Amino acid sequence: MGRPVAIIGVGQTKHGRRMDVSYPELVREAVVAVFNETGLTPNDIDGVVSGTMPSMMEGIALTHFYFADAMQAAGKPIMKTETCGSTGVSIAHTAYYWVASGMADLVLAVGHEKMNEGNSQATMTTVAEPFYQRYFISGAPGVFSMQSQMWMDRYNIPEEKIRDAAAFISVTHHDDAFDNPYAHIKMKVTMDEVKNARIITYPVRLLDVCPNSDGACAVIFASKDMVKKLGRKPAWVKGVGYRGEEYFFGDSDKVVWESAIQAAKQAYDQAGIKNPRKELDVAEVYNPFTFQEMLFYECFGFCEPGESPDMVLKGTFTRKGELPCDPSGGTLCTNPIGATGLIRVAEAALQVTGKAGDHQIPKAKLALSHAMGGVDQFNGIMILGSKL
Amino acid sequence: MEAKEYKTIKTEIRLPYELAYGATWTRFFEGLKNKTIYGTKCTKCGRILVPARSFCPRCFVDADQWVEVSQVGTLIAWCYTNYKYFGMPTEPPFIGSLIRLNGTDVNFLHLMGGFDLNNFDEVKKIIKSGMKVEAVWSDDRKGHIMDIKYFRPL
Repeated sequence: MGRPVAIIGVGQTKHGRRMDVSYPELVREAVVAVFNETGLTPNDIDGVVSGTMPSMMEGIALTHFYFADAMQAAGKPIMKTETCGSTGVSIAHTAYYWVASGMADLVLAVGHEKMNEGNSQATMTTVAEPFYQRYFISGAPGVFSMQSQMWMDRYNIPEEKIRDAAAFISVTHHDDAFDNPYAHIKMKVTMDEVKNARIITYPVRLLDVCPNSDGACAVIFASKDMVKKLGRKPAWVKGVGYRGEEYFFGDSDKVVWESAIQAAKQAYDQAGIKNPRKELDVAEVYNPFTFQEMLFYECFGFCEPGESPDMVLKGTFTRKGELPCDPSGGTLCTNPIGATGLIRVAEAALQVTGKAGDHQIPKAKLALSHAMGGVDQFNGIMILGSKL
Repeated sequence: MEAKEYKTIKTEIRLPYELAYGATWTRFFEGLKNKTIYGTKCTKCGRILVPARSFCPRCFVDADQWVEVSQVGTLIAWCYTNYKYFGMPTEPPFIGSLIRLNGTDVNFLHLMGGFDLNNFDEVKKIIKSGMKVEAVWSDDRKGHIMDIKYFRPL
């Protein structure tokens, strides 16, 4: 795994509809937050990694150039990492590799998106080429709805049970978001409201879907020497995993979802995790859709295939459950996409350093963070722990 | 957080592109014009891939054995889409579908149709994963993926 690497500070903007700031100002808000948190200055930073969704999202290309000043990157090595929805975790991986390799001691990682300034689903549809797939994809919800149905069929899970479990996830995450000062959607919803909300792409209804958020997140990765020197409480990187799949949506199985399964396995092997449900204290699973969150539980080995709706309804993954998932309210309540994966990493870091405030999981020592992207092609994991 | 009265600028990017199909997809889409669906067979793993590919994405060898595939298949998954976004190329409501054409080894992405799509409760009575389906052709074919209008339940 190279040299030991830790996260020593995170900064987030208040996420939501942020027409009160320009895009570079939004980025700067997160960068200033992480410098305030750590007491570091831009001069201390050896390199900067940033990333977003495809440039069509905000209509400005090459954003690491646009944000060079907001990230204080002038005169430093700078990289952009872009893997669609999993961008945030890929940014974290890039920063991690940079420090682990010995080429840098302090790296600033920044993820950002201003989804309210463009058209998110139109942007995502450009990920599909215009010869064949673009006509049928219908943005992100369409892809994930088909995947949810395949999963339901494969394990013969009664539709009512899945519907109830998805509604339960929506209700609990919306409740959780009230305790996260940075969350976008803060709204009380009931099981009935979720189950009767307007259909977006069946079986996905309005309250099963994440919002369009504006937001940014900044995280500083440090070498062991720097951790010692700065004396800050570290969140050590225990394992990283990333997998991609074939391009065409119809070419690979999305139920026994290899990119999710193998990315988790790679990270677990590095972290020495054998039984994730028992050993992990908390997980920040990328959950733009309630149904898909359950599939991730299965792919990550939190439960057996087809078992997740029962476990969800038993409360296994709530804040008081055996393995709390998305105590921040998750992607379902906040989704500035290029930042979202890095927010998962940041939330995991907050948890294992005891700094998550009102949504802190007591005594959390080992946390999983995750993001997914592409037309279901990409999955990335980063596991953080309080001990090296 | 509530947006105050700050100014915004409306802007637009409009760029023309002319994308090359290449030899394999030229032949595949020309096939559609003649009401034929072509796949190619990987010489290594033996899978029949549709639409036709110039190489097998798994084996990374040329997939140059052409086969005309069945226009009948099984509905694997579907998604009733009832919202619209800028530039959406297909008019909602529509049913994006994964279809396993008989004798092929990957799922073909297209639409289900041939019945009234406006009332979802009615749609749900008709459409079932696992059902047999068949391609319905457009009369006005241009060598384009929409030369197949949709797949209808058999």
